[in-house]
Amino acid sequence: MARISSLAEAIISTVRDGDTVAMEGFTHLIPHAAAHEIIRQRRKNLTLIRMTPDLIYDQLIGMGCVDKLIFSWGGNPGVGSLHRFRDAVENGWPHKLAIEEHSHAAMANAYEAGAAGLPCAVFRGYIGGDLPKVNSKIKYIACPFTGEQLAAVPAHRPDVAVIHAQRADKAGNVLIEGVLGVQKEAVLASKRSVVTVEEIVDDLGPRSLNACVLPHWTVGHVAEVPGGAFPSYVQGYYPRNNAYYKQWDAIARERDTFLKWMDENVLKKGPEAFAEHVRKFRDAAE
Amino acid sequence: MADYKPNEMMTIAAARALKNDDVCFVGIGMPSAAANLARLTHAPGITLIYESGTLATKPNILPLSIGDGELCETAITTVSVPEMFRYWLQGGRIKVGFLGGAQIDKYANLNTTVVGAYDKPKVRLPGGGGAPEIATSCGEIFIIMAQGKRSFVDKLDFVTSIGHVTGGNSRSELGVKTKGPTKLITDLALFAPDPETKVMTVVSIHQGVTRAQIEENTGWPVKYAAKVDETAPPTARELEVLRDLQARTARATAEAA
Repeated sequence: MARISSLAEAIISTVRDGDTVAMEGFTHLIPHAAAHEIIRQRRKNLTLIRMTPDLIYDQLIGMGCVDKLIFSWGGNPGVGSLHRFRDAVENGWPHKLAIEEHSHAAMANAYEAGAAGLPCAVFRGYIGGDLPKVNSKIKYIACPFTGEQLAAVPAHRPDVAVIHAQRADKAGNVLIEGVLGVQKEAVLASKRSVVTVEEIVDDLGPRSLNACVLPHWTVGHVAEVPGGAFPSYVQGYYPRNNAYYKQWDAIARERDTFLKWMDENVLKKGPEAFAEHVRKFRDAAE
Repeated sequence: MADYKPNEMMTIAAARALKNDDVCFVGIGMPSAAANLARLTHAPGITLIYESGTLATKPNILPLSIGDGELCETAITTVSVPEMFRYWLQGGRIKVGFLGGAQIDKYANLNTTVVGAYDKPKVRLPGGGGAPEIATSCGEIFIIMAQGKRSFVDKLDFVTSIGHVTGGNSRSELGVKTKGPTKLITDLALFAPDPETKVMTVVSIHQGVTRAQIEENTGWPVKYAAKVDETAPPTARELEVLRDLQARTARATAEAA
């Protein structure tokens, strides 16, 4: 049953040291505020799962919260490298980072298998490339009907899924619209979950008969955090701040500029700072 | 003829390779510019699909990231990412896939994973993303990459996604039924696989480029087709539409900041 709470309370009661955590979002709806809360609460020894680790995973890695990353594409889209991720892999700073690397198809299938309660995902993939040589979790299985060799990877079964969505109602039913990514699968595959939303409303409002809704009994905590996906975007609420993604490149390039930025913008701030970032879009809508 | 840059020639040559009835899986950057240029010029009916799940999208500006709102708002529908990879890509619904990479070899295998050893990389690159399965599930693959000795290499540090593997029939011997890379479009020339050896072979050279220039920027002994064409330079309209698209994109990025 969904519990409506503050973000701090949601993270305290849901994310533990050593957990496997999937904070998903595919360009859209990336849970920045929730990631900052995990950093403020100094969680450590996390295994993070994400198809497209971007700024928030760069921040969690650089702040030393992460022991292992399971992923398929780690970059700043359209800009370049994730410098904190690279520093961890190339130089072991702030400490060594273990990686388990997949393709997008494998990751998407693994989430779907997790949501479906299966132990593994089966798909046609990884043919001829080197990833199976460096990732022992990639195996093969013969189709019992045709004999075709197919790739198999373990299902994702995170301890915690963390996502951001447009809105929830007071019972905690969550509506997701636009680029859906793998968020529904990630929540249904996980033992526990935290969903931040732009607003909690009496009624979810007009929507398609086939809208993507996570019913309240599939969701752990729901926290209202306006602007909680900034500088990512929320369809219908605010656009992606591409300039911010470009600026991140310079901030994260050096360890000291990174740490200073984190101190000023994360450790000394709270989730309410996110509302300020998107205030002009909220004012324009009213 | 208007002045143009080698990158513009490359993007325009890639756009020309696309047809009106193609269904095309598009990545960010040059593939996205080329695919949308095709849509805005000779191929208005082309279906563009981005891996964020946006089907038949018609962006007015180029996305910075693969799941930008512009792609979703102009799509006929948006599906989840698992559906994208299972039904649409693995299901064989996509005719042309665009790829690029940090390194390419003469059989058009690509590396987007690491430079140096995997366990102790000199440069850790973003990784494969969708490429390993795009490379084998799309009907055919077009590759866009600017040439240079560091990127056009004799031996890849890591094979992220396969092209023609070790040449000859090696790709089909792995059980892969799709064609693989049929075109490699660079800032200097157009390459296509030799029918027998599958070595990527120069079939057309861009106007003003010499064979020596191509050889200086290729890390394997360059092969030429029996008949090598000269690539038609960009038309005024192609340049105008491409530059308008890029200017619109730059303005939109500045306004959103």
